[in-house]
Amino acid sequence: MTNTGQLQMGPETTSIEIARKKDTPFKKILKAQSFQIFLVLVVLVIIFSALAPTTFAQLSNLRLVVQNASILAVLGVGMTYIIITSGIDLSIGSVLVFSGVVAALVMRAIGGDNWGTALIGVVVATVVGLLWGIFNGVLIAKAKVPPLIVTLGSLGMALGLAQILTGGVDVRDVPSVLTTTIGYGNIFGSIPVLSVIALVIVVIGALVLHKTKFGLHTYAVGSSEEAARRVGVKVDAHLIKVYAISGGLAGFAGILSLSQFSTTAIAGQSQTNLNVIAAVVIGGTSLFGGFGTIFGTVVGLFIPAVLQNGFVITGVQPFWQQVAVGAVLIAAVYIDQMRRSSAARGKPINLWRNLVSRKTE
Amino acid sequence: MTTPILEARGLSRAFGHVRALDELDFEVYPGEVTALIGDNGAGKSTLVKALSGNLRVDSGVIKFEGKQIQMTSPTMASGLGIETVYQDLALAPHLDPVQNMYLGREVMRSGLAGLLGVMDVNAMRGASRRAFDELGATVRSLSSPVGSMSGGQRQAVAIARAVHWASKLVFLDEPTAALGVRQTKNVLETIRRVSDKGIAVVFISHSMPHVMEVSDRVQVLRLGHRAATVKAKDTSMEELVGLMTGANTRDTA
Repeated sequence: MTNTGQLQMGPETTSIEIARKKDTPFKKILKAQSFQIFLVLVVLVIIFSALAPTTFAQLSNLRLVVQNASILAVLGVGMTYIIITSGIDLSIGSVLVFSGVVAALVMRAIGGDNWGTALIGVVVATVVGLLWGIFNGVLIAKAKVPPLIVTLGSLGMALGLAQILTGGVDVRDVPSVLTTTIGYGNIFGSIPVLSVIALVIVVIGALVLHKTKFGLHTYAVGSSEEAARRVGVKVDAHLIKVYAISGGLAGFAGILSLSQFSTTAIAGQSQTNLNVIAAVVIGGTSLFGGFGTIFGTVVGLFIPAVLQNGFVITGVQPFWQQVAVGAVLIAAVYIDQMRRSSAARGKPINLWRNLVSRKTE
Repeated sequence: MTTPILEARGLSRAFGHVRALDELDFEVYPGEVTALIGDNGAGKSTLVKALSGNLRVDSGVIKFEGKQIQMTSPTMASGLGIETVYQDLALAPHLDPVQNMYLGREVMRSGLAGLLGVMDVNAMRGASRRAFDELGATVRSLSSPVGSMSGGQRQAVAIARAVHWASKLVFLDEPTAALGVRQTKNVLETIRRVSDKGIAVVFISHSMPHVMEVSDRVQVLRLGHRAATVKAKDTSMEELVGLMTGANTRDTA
């Protein structure tokens, strides 16, 4: 029981940390699942570019892919937060439609093709979406109904109410200020406004998730609700906020969709929820909570988008896209499972080593 | 005699027909290491939960520094400078040691960024490293998830967190139960060092040698009430085991 032993142990922590720091930044990036999936994306782009240099590898084509992924990216931000809390939100597609319908009806009732009307539409859509999100969040956090069931219920309710409001007929009166600017307008020559808006939301979403207290609490709630609660994190309130964000973003996406397609497209969003969930999971966010990045989600969105586009251009039956995305999805969850089990065994996380060889240290 | 930091009088709590706490008295003195021992089901964990705001009691009085209080939540206990290391450690496995240390008590950046909720990661990291070093806790990495660490390291993180935030009292629920020889020694030294800083420590243990080695006072629970409270230097392992099982009885401190 001498003191020398302890005194030597103190600096040990620091020295190990310093030693780690030296090789960290680069290695850390290589180890991240989102970066690995990014490499997959790069390989896909290279393959399609080689196969179709004159059609696929064109700026105009790239622009199309990006534009088509923009609305999904907005939804993906909210979904990433939710899945990190180990929840799920199936209702986003329906909330998008419902918010779009309400906004379109309000804008039609006000009349006038100007920014005043359009702005009211934006606010209405976002607030309506937010209310759906709060509805989901309260039922999940307070009434303790599982997220899958709550959002499955609100998926049906929002879609049904949208059809009741419109009598099942799409509303097509969208102010042209919205369609010409947000819908197919460009900034700096040929960058779609829609994509710039999505990028802003993605960047804000990433900063909040990775830099703020709110983001840390999101990870904590997903990692261990009990641990978070014991240190005073208001878990219920936090869950409600996270579902509200997802709902609000779905509502905002509703106005983006109106702008892009000039119609409420009631029947057009039935697969949206699954596509977004797939993107989030492909991007390395764990369905079991506690782990994930917005960057991964964006990459996860582009893999199906590039596959779809590439298959069409190279003349492969586009139905293969669904097959390929399904396979990628399963692979992504398998990798997540391996990481979780290796973490549980207390081993360092190194997926490539697991995949490439069976050597252990 | 000095005023106890924390004092409980006549605590009772029943779970159905089981009286987990039965008119139990308990006190902790400043700077002392108090061992809480007793057979399985004697009420040790229940008592710690009640005193750390995790469990409501049916009846009884809790006093903090002589004043009666209602211990209603863990946050309230934290506010009083009382921290608890639970048997399951209550760490978030996906977060790193620094994030776990500051979860719920994040340090914000100054200025606008702070108002927007941006955390000062460097300040938290620096303070955490100092806290770990001060305890002689060998935490291999401040940036790996806690879930990927060994049991001993996780324990070190949990104890360092409690000690870092506690200004008055730390509860340790079986801190050495799952540890190897070296880590156990480390934890016992930590307990000593914490009490040298003037912070009272209450630790639950089944290991009589550890109890004898590190504690100033031993409180023995049996069937939900206190069977005895003795000074560690006035007793022996045999006597303590006798008190736990009910073979001996003794009342004085």
